[in-house]
Amino acid sequence: MLLEVRDLHVEFHTRDGVAKAVNGVNYSVDAGETLAVLGESGSGKSVTAQAVMGILDIPPGKISAGEILFQGQDLLKLKEEERRKVRGAKMAMIFQDALSSLNPVISVGDQLGEMFQVHKGMSRKDSKAKAIELMDRVRIPAAKERVGQYPHQFSGGMRQRIMIAMALALEPELIIADEPTTALDVTVQAQVMDLLAELQRELNMGLILITHDLGVVADVADKIAVMYAGRIVEQAPVHEIYKAPAHPYTRGLLDSIPRLDQKGQELYAIKGLPPNLLAIPPGCAFNPRCPMAQDVCRTDEPPLYDVTESPVPRASACHFWKECLHG
Amino acid sequence: MAEAILEVRDLHKHYPLTRGIVFKKHVGAVKAVDGVDFDLAAGETLGIVGESGCGKSTVAKMLVNLERPTSGTIRYKGEDITTMSPKALKAVRRNIQMVFQDPYTSLNPRMTVGDIIGEPYEIHPEVAPKGDRRRKVQDLLDVVGLNPEYINRYPHQFSGGQRQRIGIARGLALQPEIIVADEPVSALDVSVQAQVVNLLDSLQSEFSLSYVFIAHDLSIVRHISDRVGVMYLGRIVEIGTDAQIYDHPTHPYTQALLSAVPVPDPEARAHRERIILTGDVPSPANIPSGCRFRTRCWKAQERCTLEVPLLAVPAVFRLTDSPAKHDSACHFAEEKQVVPPEEPEEP
Amino acid sequence: MPEPEPFEPLESYGEEGRAIASTGAGGASDLATAEAETLEQRPSVDAAEEAAGGPEGAGPDKKARSLWSDAWHDLRRNPVFIISGLIILFLVVISIWPSLIASGDPLDCDLSKAQEGSQPGHPFGFNGQGCDVYTRTVYGARTSVSVGVLATLGVAILGSILGGLAGFFGGAWDGFLSRITDVFFAIPVVLGGLVLLSVVTSSTVWPVIGFMVLLGWPQISRIARGSVITAKQHDYVQAARALGASNSRMMLRHITPNAVAPVIVVATIALGTYISLEATLSYLGVGLKPPTVSWGIDISSASPYIRNAPHMLLWPAGALAITVLAFIMLGDAVRDALDPKLR
Repeated sequence: MLLEVRDLHVEFHTRDGVAKAVNGVNYSVDAGETLAVLGESGSGKSVTAQAVMGILDIPPGKISAGEILFQGQDLLKLKEEERRKVRGAKMAMIFQDALSSLNPVISVGDQLGEMFQVHKGMSRKDSKAKAIELMDRVRIPAAKERVGQYPHQFSGGMRQRIMIAMALALEPELIIADEPTTALDVTVQAQVMDLLAELQRELNMGLILITHDLGVVADVADKIAVMYAGRIVEQAPVHEIYKAPAHPYTRGLLDSIPRLDQKGQELYAIKGLPPNLLAIPPGCAFNPRCPMAQDVCRTDEPPLYDVTESPVPRASACHFWKECLHG
Repeated sequence: MAEAILEVRDLHKHYPLTRGIVFKKHVGAVKAVDGVDFDLAAGETLGIVGESGCGKSTVAKMLVNLERPTSGTIRYKGEDITTMSPKALKAVRRNIQMVFQDPYTSLNPRMTVGDIIGEPYEIHPEVAPKGDRRRKVQDLLDVVGLNPEYINRYPHQFSGGQRQRIGIARGLALQPEIIVADEPVSALDVSVQAQVVNLLDSLQSEFSLSYVFIAHDLSIVRHISDRVGVMYLGRIVEIGTDAQIYDHPTHPYTQALLSAVPVPDPEARAHRERIILTGDVPSPANIPSGCRFRTRCWKAQERCTLEVPLLAVPAVFRLTDSPAKHDSACHFAEEKQVVPPEEPEEP
Repeated sequence: MPEPEPFEPLESYGEEGRAIASTGAGGASDLATAEAETLEQRPSVDAAEEAAGGPEGAGPDKKARSLWSDAWHDLRRNPVFIISGLIILFLVVISIWPSLIASGDPLDCDLSKAQEGSQPGHPFGFNGQGCDVYTRTVYGARTSVSVGVLATLGVAILGSILGGLAGFFGGAWDGFLSRITDVFFAIPVVLGGLVLLSVVTSSTVWPVIGFMVLLGWPQISRIARGSVITAKQHDYVQAARALGASNSRMMLRHITPNAVAPVIVVATIALGTYISLEATLSYLGVGLKPPTVSWGIDISSASPYIRNAPHMLLWPAGALAITVLAFIMLGDAVRDALDPKLR
């Protein structure tokens, strides 16, 4: 296994108390595999990724329990110096907002080349050649001419390609993409997503795709982990989850998306609001919004049940997963 | 079609590009909106979709008179609002209201919810007598699904979805006939989007509103719209009923846009053809000659460089009865099904 | 500045009756940045406040309140405001009636007692001219406070009106004003003071105040212009315009309250610098002139003797420092109170 997150807990200490952003997350990614982590804002999906990357702000954040095993080694036990060597070289991250992730006063060629100068000790000239090669690789037209241009001279889609190029520079084994296409237009979204998927196959990398968009996920993911209030509530291979969700939250999300091929009269809407992380409801965190909730949901927190029915494993944190899956 | 309450004709908005501070020299223009025509019938919802930079938000701003058009007319019940006196305009404004995209910046953080929703009455005191306003504001809160007791709270005490409801309540206060909604749900979480879309839907029938619904998300537009216009680089390239546009698109851009929408169903994806456009949208300061889509179009020929296609029913469909018979600005319009036909929903 | 921790209505809308609080981002910026994908930030519940149902308006209340009454409500319970307010009140009172706490005459000096230290009846000792330092410090408050306050008021009013209008209307007026501001910025303050004030013969405080306003307004004007431009771009201003609001309504109701905070902060900081500028100008002989009593004059005249008789310098300088600090603290408290996001 390339990456394994075990029982991760992350807290934020705020003036109002402790916000439990991540409460016991388990997931794993293998080389060449794409895991999509799906959730709304505040679900803890980005915090988990930041903990894996080691870019969580500590304090106010605090990893209170858990392990992050990367190629069998617990990253949380590494010294910051060793951790930094892993970051960039072995795992890299792509952010949503490419414009603010790139330095506006340094040319893209220099920003790409810097990776090689710092990590590989290459000369300026060699690193520039590498930068052009990378830009070619992410299909930026006329890479040679554009290598000296600045981020604002590129369109949104092109900037996101540069971010991808940067992440790929040192051929990492794991890429974490945090909403990589959310800021892009639909026609460009497809281009960027395809590019990412293709490069991943080519380099046999593990990819963690963090998103709120079930549509994007359906096209590229192998398996999906749905997060709610800092926990994984359902984990399944991509085909099965769309066919028959085993958690009412996943079902609600799927039903509330307006679909291109269906013009319904009223959209299904999950009632209420996502939970306050300072006061997560007792029992199942989703119970106040859940149409299936019973008394047991208000008192007992459901474990992540094994709900495997086909050869591939899947899991759901719902007391009534059977009813959800079959009815 | 029912009588049009809003007629937009040949609307242009050009922003001049200048150089120099003291002696300004015109070096060109950003053609944000470059000839837009459409009608809005009473009680209908017109969706306008397009990518960022296509000019859809500028159209919205001109409809509510936040921007003055460079040329063209916007007739509200026959009267051109672009040339009205400020006084007459103020009266018209009552009837055309706007809901903004970002619920975090569209509410004044220093005003209470009561002040925000009540402000329309202060500007148009004839709508509600003073003693009546507080009750009216509370009624509005109730209508949009918020607790009327929240009247003294500040916007930051609410979540994004709740704030958007406040913005909608403000838009409703003057009992307008038309609401222009500029990406009203794109800043919200998926599960909250549905709540707000449903609210807009139910308000439409309750208050017999007409909507101009602007969005980049084609699925939401289909859900809420009766008719849809697709914009590209400052112009509408195809317009028709939702079935015409979604099930029988004839313009290549519409087809590409539809095929690029991710469908949350890995099975459906298998039998979908995807058209992936190459390149980026050209700059509105430098619009290609002829058909503006030709630089990214797989059908482009020499004619497309020379001749501007007009927004009209293409000749091939003019004599047919097919749903493809709707306005489409393409020399080589042909029908292509990109969205798979509706399947019964899973059990 | 930490982001606010607002509270959230506990009852959620919709059909269900159960209380669901929304999340977000407690210490909101922290989690908000953490959840970088945050398409929607939600305020968090201030659980304690909500439970206590404090009078601060957590529970529904019937009386409509304005921004300013809310701000006043906040200020009254802020110890920083109370302390700085009391100091300033005290300063204002002794500026108007110095005889309340000082029975002597600041100009009644006895050279034979020059530089002497503390004595019964003369707790602060005597200065180089043999005048009573205590009496002079008390009487000095009047000039220093009035120069500082009046100059700041003048600068703030002139600067924010000119800058605010430039920011709101833009265009040629803005360009013209910006160039004027540049010209004034180019004038060195001390040199300008030497040139302009040396031709003035009046011995009142007005020429000094006028000079400070003349050279000070561009600073505030720039701040005001910038913050008006920022505020103007917010959608809520557009929303008001779409409702048909007049320019004056947008300016007063929507832009000013959201643009005034930086002006207040800069102005209170400037207040301290004006008080010390007055001292500088007085030292150079172009500001206030004896027999006017001012901390600035006393500090300058005591500075050569700091080794032998530090008390001559420390008392007026201490008074100056406390005054400046009090005004800055006041400005800070007012700024916080005017920002409902911090409640």
